[in-house]
Amino acid sequence: MWQIFHKLGSPKWFFGIASTLMPWLLVAGAALLMTGIVWGLVFAPQDYLQGNSYRIIFIHVPSAFLAQSVYIMMAVAALVTLVWRMKLADVFVTAVAPVGAVLTFLALFTGAVWGKPTWGTWWIWDARLTSMLILLFLYFGVMALGAAISDEKSSARAVAVLVLVGVVNIPIIKYSVEWWNTLHQPATFKLTEKPSMPAEMWVPLLLSVLGLYLIFGWLACLRMQTHILAREGRTRWVKELVQAREN
Amino acid sequence: MTMASETKLPVRTSEESVSALSAMKAVFSRDLKTAFRQPQDLLNPLLFFVMVVTLFPLGVSPEVSFLREAGSGILWVAALLSVLLSLDHLYRHDFDDGTLEQLVLQPQPLFLLVLAKSLAHWVLTGLPLVMLAPVLGVMVHLEGNSVAILCLTLLIGTPVLSLIGSIGAALTLGLRSAGVLLSLLIIPLYIPVLIFGTGTVMAASESAPVGGQLALMGAFLVLALTLAPFASAAALRISLSNS
Repeated sequence: MWQIFHKLGSPKWFFGIASTLMPWLLVAGAALLMTGIVWGLVFAPQDYLQGNSYRIIFIHVPSAFLAQSVYIMMAVAALVTLVWRMKLADVFVTAVAPVGAVLTFLALFTGAVWGKPTWGTWWIWDARLTSMLILLFLYFGVMALGAAISDEKSSARAVAVLVLVGVVNIPIIKYSVEWWNTLHQPATFKLTEKPSMPAEMWVPLLLSVLGLYLIFGWLACLRMQTHILAREGRTRWVKELVQAREN
Repeated sequence: MTMASETKLPVRTSEESVSALSAMKAVFSRDLKTAFRQPQDLLNPLLFFVMVVTLFPLGVSPEVSFLREAGSGILWVAALLSVLLSLDHLYRHDFDDGTLEQLVLQPQPLFLLVLAKSLAHWVLTGLPLVMLAPVLGVMVHLEGNSVAILCLTLLIGTPVLSLIGSIGAALTLGLRSAGVLLSLLIIPLYIPVLIFGTGTVMAASESAPVGGQLALMGAFLVLALTLAPFASAAALRISLSNS
């Protein structure tokens, strides 16, 4: 058991595994995502209320979904960093934080684009929008702290503490924002109820969510590999690897 | 050296051990003492608080209706910002002169000492803000009841700000441009306190019951009291090993 754990933490071992996994992740992810999006954008039926404008859901929902679960994944990795000092875990946190930030931004942006025709405004201080915006701030904080500390080890551990503090706060922020919203303005706008969606709509949605997860896996592997190469630049296996690629 | 002996840092000798509580007391009273030697540093966050509040009537509108509506929010935001500005002092001096390393080396649990430091920080910044708030509350035309509730929310809320802020201060210790970074890290975490702080005053001004919201703020305080010192202590250890 500890053997596997130890192996998991070895950057060299991970590098090899990631190299074999990545093509599969990319191909499967791209296939699912393309199917989901093309199906959703071209073949899925129109919404009776929103017409074609609802189709942005096939991009909006997957990115919002991922944006939140990336933070959870980061929190798990942060815990592993602090408890077991596993090198790979903190590589994961630093490598993935910008991806999470981009996904959150994408969710907010597509939400705004969707909001314009549906709600008639780019932005409202709706509970969901606001808590996503705060999630974006949390991502920015993680990235800023990671960049500010030059020593890799303490940078990783400081970031891990911040991520964990953030994850304790996320439910609090979410519920307080929801309550704040209901306090101040009645819920004038609501997203169309999800369960009432017909299968021709939710199947492509599910496909694109799964596809984006796989693409995220691929991207995480790629970014982690880059970070590992930069970090382990002085070790022998990296030098050998680089030489082998050059020849 | 002289300062350390004067202000009775908990010093460990091989025979006698200092109880955690008396170590906390020592840290607490030492922080108060050293702070009162530079009274200007204590005054600055308060002046900042007053000046930020002054900006709103000048910048937005001096009308009574607007100020009454927005007053609690203005005061809360200003209080939040001035606590944020004062956080840099929480560990900075002790970090520079090496006191902090001695604290980390104490046999008493570090999180308790951190808790004592955070409480001292609150007494030095949060509490004066609470005492100043009624004056400013009247200046932004809040009604009597609202002013009282505002002070109560600040009384419960500002310790939370100090406690959460101590995590950020510990994380950014010894970094270049720590001030801006600290704000970036901490502001998102302050949002729930702000929401409930102003929400309670709003509810009070509409003469709605506020007990539930005050209880929730109390829950925030308990949560911050129990969890934040652990996170700050961990962050302090990381920052000190870094330098």
